[in-house]
Amino acid sequence: MTEQTEKNIISAPDDEAIIDITGMHKWYGEFHVLRDINLKVRKKERIVICGPSGSGKSTLIRCMNRLEEHQRGQIVVDGIELTNNIKNIERVRAEVGMVFQHFNLFPHLTIVENLALGPIWVRKVPKKEAEETAMYYLEKVHIAEQAQKYPGQLSGGQQQRVAIARSLCMAPKVMLFDEPTSALDPEMIKEVLDVMIELAREGMTMLVVTHEMGFAKSVAHRVLFMDFGQIVEENTPEEFFNNPQHERTKLFLSQILF
Amino acid sequence: MVENTTHSEPSGDDIRPPKASIGVIGWLRANLFDGWLNSVLTLVTLFVLWKTIPPFFRWAFVDSLWFTDGAVCRDAPGACWSAVTTNLRFIIFGFFPYELQWRPLLAMLILFFLLFYSRDRTHWNKYLAYGWVIGLFLMGLFMKGGLFGLTPVDSTQWGGLPLTLLLSVFGLTAAYPLGVILALGRQSSMPAVKYLCIIYIELIRGVPLISLLFMGSIIFPLFLPEGITINSILRAQVAIILFTAAYIAEVVRGGLQGMSQGQYEAADSLGLNYVLTMRLVILPQALKIVIPPTVSILISAFKDTSLVVIIALFDLLKTSQTVLSNPEWMGFSREVYLFVAILYFLGCFSMSNYSRRLERELDRGY
Repeated sequence: MTEQTEKNIISAPDDEAIIDITGMHKWYGEFHVLRDINLKVRKKERIVICGPSGSGKSTLIRCMNRLEEHQRGQIVVDGIELTNNIKNIERVRAEVGMVFQHFNLFPHLTIVENLALGPIWVRKVPKKEAEETAMYYLEKVHIAEQAQKYPGQLSGGQQQRVAIARSLCMAPKVMLFDEPTSALDPEMIKEVLDVMIELAREGMTMLVVTHEMGFAKSVAHRVLFMDFGQIVEENTPEEFFNNPQHERTKLFLSQILF
Repeated sequence: MVENTTHSEPSGDDIRPPKASIGVIGWLRANLFDGWLNSVLTLVTLFVLWKTIPPFFRWAFVDSLWFTDGAVCRDAPGACWSAVTTNLRFIIFGFFPYELQWRPLLAMLILFFLLFYSRDRTHWNKYLAYGWVIGLFLMGLFMKGGLFGLTPVDSTQWGGLPLTLLLSVFGLTAAYPLGVILALGRQSSMPAVKYLCIIYIELIRGVPLISLLFMGSIIFPLFLPEGITINSILRAQVAIILFTAAYIAEVVRGGLQGMSQGQYEAADSLGLNYVLTMRLVILPQALKIVIPPTVSILISAFKDTSLVVIIALFDLLKTSQTVLSNPEWMGFSREVYLFVAILYFLGCFSMSNYSRRLERELDRGY
């Protein structure tokens, strides 16, 4: 799978924005974690966010489904502004899938129950139908034979693929990935990235916080570099990796690419 | 994507472990005679057992009398189980009218059947819930009477084992959900709810059950308008529920604190609301973690129901004491109390047994 063929398969984003962030700030107490964030994510667009640890990249995507609260500015997701209105927040969360670094599967439920939980209780889908959908997505992440097991019986890579499938079962409009491969053993990273690439090929809107630069190169439309709570640089992967503009970006790239 | 890689164990030589490390001899060596201190302790223990068990066995079974009157018993060297057998119906049923005692017996059998049937989690469905509703109605009917031609029996005549079971089973089943709600309330982000729960829990835990029972039976009625009385069993029942719930709340809070933030976030990010998050994700895990301490509380609450004697209710322990105050049976407290202890033990042991079974069944390897 060369970069060139990959790029050809992958669709171009629409013009319509699905997430629109303007002048957003966030503080943890006195600490200013996110400064003046302006970001428009278009439908079918894939954005990779990278940057040194503590730069606010996870916090940024966690603000997009209100796992974190912002204090200034505006975040509009799928036409709904995120405020304290809990009903709106729940509506947004149902449309935005999230994959965590530590998978966060529900350990007391089987794999198929993990997947069917959201559709049954949030989307009010009949149980049988929800389980069929669950099996469909488990096939898709190549793990259908584990459906009746519990998360504790699966490897890290398998758990993360289940977590991706769990989000997909809600038929989300956007998928947020918060360092999805950082907690995995090296030999399991590829199986998760493969699933994410397949997802990209189908035109899913994706925001991915990751240090997998190979993934960024082959899949992303845009790469964002964050440092000290700011978006320092954003560009196409080609420009970003071959011709970085800022000193901080150059330093960062020199430290992670050998 | 390959899921199954086949592994083969290294094959070849069949080397067995040394003989002295396996089998009966190996077990004895490892567990009873591992070093001189261990060996001495083993021998001392064996000696103590030899000195106590056979005499007890002789007292309880060989030299014992089972169906005699009190006078005969006095000269016997062994246990006088007659004190129990002769007074069995009084110990079990208290002052419930003698010829009507089949009614509390039937009520208890219904309860035992329902409890036994409910053990199996695969039976937990709506029909079981109907079964409990009907069962509770029948139990109430048999105890109280007054309908379908059954002679009414005033609740002041209830006593013995049915009363103990009534106070415990209802006390525990009502206290558990109340405790869970209090624990959730204590974690609430709404200050009014949170502080109300904290105040409640700390106040209740700060006083002994006895004082709650006293308050319920003596002080509380003083505040009621004249002519209105509330059944004294009900007042004791409420005191037990309120008391036990406060303890359960703290145990459940411990379980809730053991939950990782990631579980809340995963539930949130699916769009589940607070109630669904708690019901489907957090509580099933948190309550499972705290099964052992919860059962400790339930067991001690079961035994604490015997404190209702101080407000003049004739529970199992009180009916036994009453037997011992009869001149004919005075002095046979060992036998009578042993019998009551066995009954309590059976109750406690089944609870702790069941809790271990639940833990095993709910084990998901996390």
